[in-house]
Amino acid sequence: MTTEGHEHAPSAGEYIIHHLHHLQNKHQEGVVDFSVINLDSVFFTIVLGVVGCWLLWLAARKATSGRPGRFQAAVEILVEMVDSQAKGIVHNAQSRRLVAPLALTVFVWIFLLNAMDMLPVDLLPWVNEHTVGLPYLRVVPTADLSITMGLSLGVLLVCLFYNVKIKGAGGWVHELFSAPFGDKWFLYPVNFAMQLIEFVAKTVSHGMRLFGNMYAGELIFMLIALMGGAWSLSGTGIALFLGHIIAGSVWTIFHILIITLQAFVFMMLTLVYVGQAHDAH
Amino acid sequence: MEVISFVALAAGLIIGLGAIGACIGIGIMGSKYLESAARQPELMNELQTKMFLLAGLIDAAFIIGTGIALWFATANPFLAQIANLPK
Repeated sequence: MTTEGHEHAPSAGEYIIHHLHHLQNKHQEGVVDFSVINLDSVFFTIVLGVVGCWLLWLAARKATSGRPGRFQAAVEILVEMVDSQAKGIVHNAQSRRLVAPLALTVFVWIFLLNAMDMLPVDLLPWVNEHTVGLPYLRVVPTADLSITMGLSLGVLLVCLFYNVKIKGAGGWVHELFSAPFGDKWFLYPVNFAMQLIEFVAKTVSHGMRLFGNMYAGELIFMLIALMGGAWSLSGTGIALFLGHIIAGSVWTIFHILIITLQAFVFMMLTLVYVGQAHDAH
Repeated sequence: MEVISFVALAAGLIIGLGAIGACIGIGIMGSKYLESAARQPELMNELQTKMFLLAGLIDAAFIIGTGIALWFATANPFLAQIANLPK
């Protein structure tokens, strides 16, 4: 956010709050409000999903059995990595035809979404302010709980589908009531409660983990940006400028690890959860 | 004033206690990984992916805590509640 159009330069709190505000179709009243759509997150998610599919399609179209180029080699490494993980976790060749590409897509997509964190925090909002003029813009879709919970709900639906497909509706219901403790009538309520807790906990922690990592990372990038802002406003203290450069570089390099790791963790947990749906108790 | 100081203390505790747990967890896991890799080097690649997966899982709670603590520290939500209270 630049200071044009304001009577005063924004304070640190105002800067952070402005940057944490989504572009929404209407004002959000409560904590949970399903009629609100975070337009910026949806936009970037779709655009990056298309970009990811396009990159993979490009690699597949130009694939040669001869000497592969760098790009093809990189995509091949990725596909083989996901494929070997899927083979180790999901023990069903029929399901792997869907689940392994799903895991690959999830990995590439989430990696691209997370990689939006690598852009300078003020770059796209600044471009937006000078061209389109939207009031708010947040560029990291995975730092939005709605997006990450949407992804983990999608994984939950795939899990439920495979539970029914592999075990049959009757077999799955039987497992729901008899799984952790045993097939006794007086244990049915406890078993069912445990199963429900397991599904809810898996889904919530799946989405929250990705969201928390990206949100914290984004916030730290903003705090580092504030350090540079304090230097440019005060005009004194070269230490702030140096601190800004050093902290920004260190955190960006560390963040490369985090965004890859979190995309990998999300992909692995997708495979693990779908794999669990294949294991009969 | 009281609210600000309590929130500052809380943010410090959230980050500090979370860091203790995550560091102990990562340390134990890293040492076990090195031990097992020294014992059976042929399993190293397989164990490495699992170690990174677990590192992501262990780190997550701490980083989520850090995010919440930084949110409290920079854009304190409790101050708005105080301001809305009837005097």
